[in-house]
Amino acid sequence: MIELLINFVLFTMLAVTALAAVRMQRLFALVMISGAFSLLSALLLVTLDAVDVAFTEAAVGAGISTVLMLSTLALTSRVEKPTTRSPMIPLVVVFVTGAAIIYGTLDMPNFGSADAPAQTHVAPEYLKRTPHEIGIPNVVTAILASYRGYDTLGEVAVVFTAGVGVLLLISGLRGRRRREDDEDDQPPAEKP
Amino acid sequence: MRRHLILKVVTKLLVGAIILFAFYVQFHGDFSPGGGFQAGVIMAVAFILYGIVFGLDKVQTVFPVWIVHRLMALGVLVYAGTGVVSLYLGYNYLDYGAFTPAHPEHGQHWGILAVEAGVGITVTGVMIAIYYAFAGRRPRISDEEW
Repeated sequence: MIELLINFVLFTMLAVTALAAVRMQRLFALVMISGAFSLLSALLLVTLDAVDVAFTEAAVGAGISTVLMLSTLALTSRVEKPTTRSPMIPLVVVFVTGAAIIYGTLDMPNFGSADAPAQTHVAPEYLKRTPHEIGIPNVVTAILASYRGYDTLGEVAVVFTAGVGVLLLISGLRGRRRREDDEDDQPPAEKP
Repeated sequence: MRRHLILKVVTKLLVGAIILFAFYVQFHGDFSPGGGFQAGVIMAVAFILYGIVFGLDKVQTVFPVWIVHRLMALGVLVYAGTGVVSLYLGYNYLDYGAFTPAHPEHGQHWGILAVEAGVGITVTGVMIAIYYAFAGRRPRISDEEW
């Protein structure tokens, strides 16, 4: 009962945050709101007993992303440009997509149902085998690092590729060298 | 950032604790929530916080750019290398039983430790590298404007 109440409150706050983010024009506040959104999602994941995911969401979503968005903000402007087009078409698209997603969930098993595929497929096997095959209490780590080691290797490669991509796109050691060259020059004229 | 005395003092107090927590999450991941990904992010946060408060130059003398860029690749190599070692010992790729054939459970512990270390190193490197990349550009907003 109390868990239902907590879920209800958290989801309401999530919706309110999302609405506030849509209404907000000042990007600095928007970044803060998206950080709060991530934190609320992390809390929701904690109530779902997915502490590992909640941990990641809190660290990456609420921590790093906020810093990166602020850094981006420092390079661009702080106020959203007023939109000129009518908001009707995006609104219709969002409603249709949302309706399709809700329609899709109708087929899903009930929340926490014991005979859901997630509970009956491979999860019991992992839970049964981890204590004597891997011998560590945290089954999530056992699955992540051992049973699904290939997947995690792929994820690490993805993280690495993302880092390399960002470096190629925006940092550029070339750019740094260039800046050292024209250290005393005037900064280039800002584009309007 | 010349005047923010409280921020500077608090940051100096916090950075050590954050790094310690990152190591705890890294090496206690077998027993509690967490692991390489989370630990890497927390580790990066310590340096990013230091960079925000003390400036990019200071943090780049502590943690130079070239080290960060090599860490990104080192983590992937540690992870993939663990698999290569198990191949070399005559087991399947990433089969950690290879490390202590007499007691496969212990081999799993060693393997998970190595693999999680690789994950943590790469994530730390990538997060800090991305932060350096963004913060290294010339900002348009001066400190006072915030």
